[in-house]
Amino acid sequence: MFAALKCIIARDLTLALRHRSDVLTTVFFFIIVVSLFPLGVGPETDLLRSMAAGVVWVSALLASMLSLSRLFADDFNDGTLEQLLLTPQPLALIVFGKILAHWIISGLPLVLIAPLLGLQFGLGGDALMMLVLTLLLGTPVLSLIGAIGAALTLGLRGGGVLVSLLVLPLYIPVLIFGAGGVEATVSGMGAEGHLSLLGAMLILSLLLAPLASAAALRISVE
Amino acid sequence: MLNIVNLECVRGDRQLFSGLSFSLEEGSLLHVHGANGSGKTTLLRAIAGLVLPEDGAVEWGGKPARKLSEDFNRELIYMGHHYGLKFELTAYENLRVFARLSGFDISERSVELALKSMGLARCFELPVKVLSQGQKKRVSLARLLLQRSRLWILDEPFVALDVAGVSMLLEMIKEHVADGGMVILTTHQEVDVEVGKLQHLHLGEH
Repeated sequence: MFAALKCIIARDLTLALRHRSDVLTTVFFFIIVVSLFPLGVGPETDLLRSMAAGVVWVSALLASMLSLSRLFADDFNDGTLEQLLLTPQPLALIVFGKILAHWIISGLPLVLIAPLLGLQFGLGGDALMMLVLTLLLGTPVLSLIGAIGAALTLGLRGGGVLVSLLVLPLYIPVLIFGAGGVEATVSGMGAEGHLSLLGAMLILSLLLAPLASAAALRISVE
Repeated sequence: MLNIVNLECVRGDRQLFSGLSFSLEEGSLLHVHGANGSGKTTLLRAIAGLVLPEDGAVEWGGKPARKLSEDFNRELIYMGHHYGLKFELTAYENLRVFARLSGFDISERSVELALKSMGLARCFELPVKVLSQGQKKRVSLARLLLQRSRLWILDEPFVALDVAGVSMLLEMIKEHVADGGMVILTTHQEVDVEVGKLQHLHLGEH
């Protein structure tokens, strides 16, 4: 079973490596959107520092949105998805592998580049640390929830817009506690509560999202 | 043994077929005939479990295939209109993914042999996207040699194949049936599939 999981992750990562532009688009989108804010708002340090967490988090939300449509669509179009459905493996496991690979490709780079972007907003060491931590807990949740939306809208016309309408409202709790955690650190309060809640969301979505996406995929492929 | 009991499929608002029953024994071939839109592909997808039938059941060895799910999938290879290949990966990588997900590992050597017998000896290291349509089809058909599944469901398997390819695939089908395998296929091309136990099913006539 783990061999199958490893195989599907390796497959998706190899495909991403041979299609590097897709990966880079997400990262550059994230960098550019975050960098536009200081240019638009002006260079007042206090103002920038107070909005940093929100800006980085909203941009991460949009960037992960951007890459969602590709999660199942490529496999759907070339018929490999129906072959994946017919393998003697639990579909939820395969879906979990695909989501994990998707997060490594489109979520993890955001986590790694975020402290650099946080510096632009004059965030201190503790706040930068917290930014990375909240993103590390939060971006997998975005990929997991997004997978349900991507699976449901598979093969529909205008699926890209529909998936944003479907998924963005579900991202709100992650945004609130993710950005809230960083703001709490900036203002000197502890952020343990925020982190625990993010962790709880991660566990819950790890448990439920693969099952829900698998069920949605079966319907979409029909 | 595969049993189809009272199968009914609906596409949109249109009923494609209903009350369809037949059984397929080991070592036999079912040739599904029918005009365009008579529901051949839907029938094949329903048997494979990709389409949920409106009514009726697909049984494998006396048990409903839907309950067996993964155990049934292990017994079956379905080939639809798509090649089911990742175009950025090489033929070897594609076949290895299929094998690993089916629960066994294959050596580079066995893939090489399978591709060679499919007439693709030189395409081993090439990404599938640079191959021609017929060669892509051959790569996906190479799975039939590597994966020991008992039930083959082939939807228009002769499309894009040249004369040599068609006769090679026919040979593979004959061998599989002679070994006690089962094959369900549809085709619009004039090919004689003369094997041991041959059944015909005509859709859209009842």
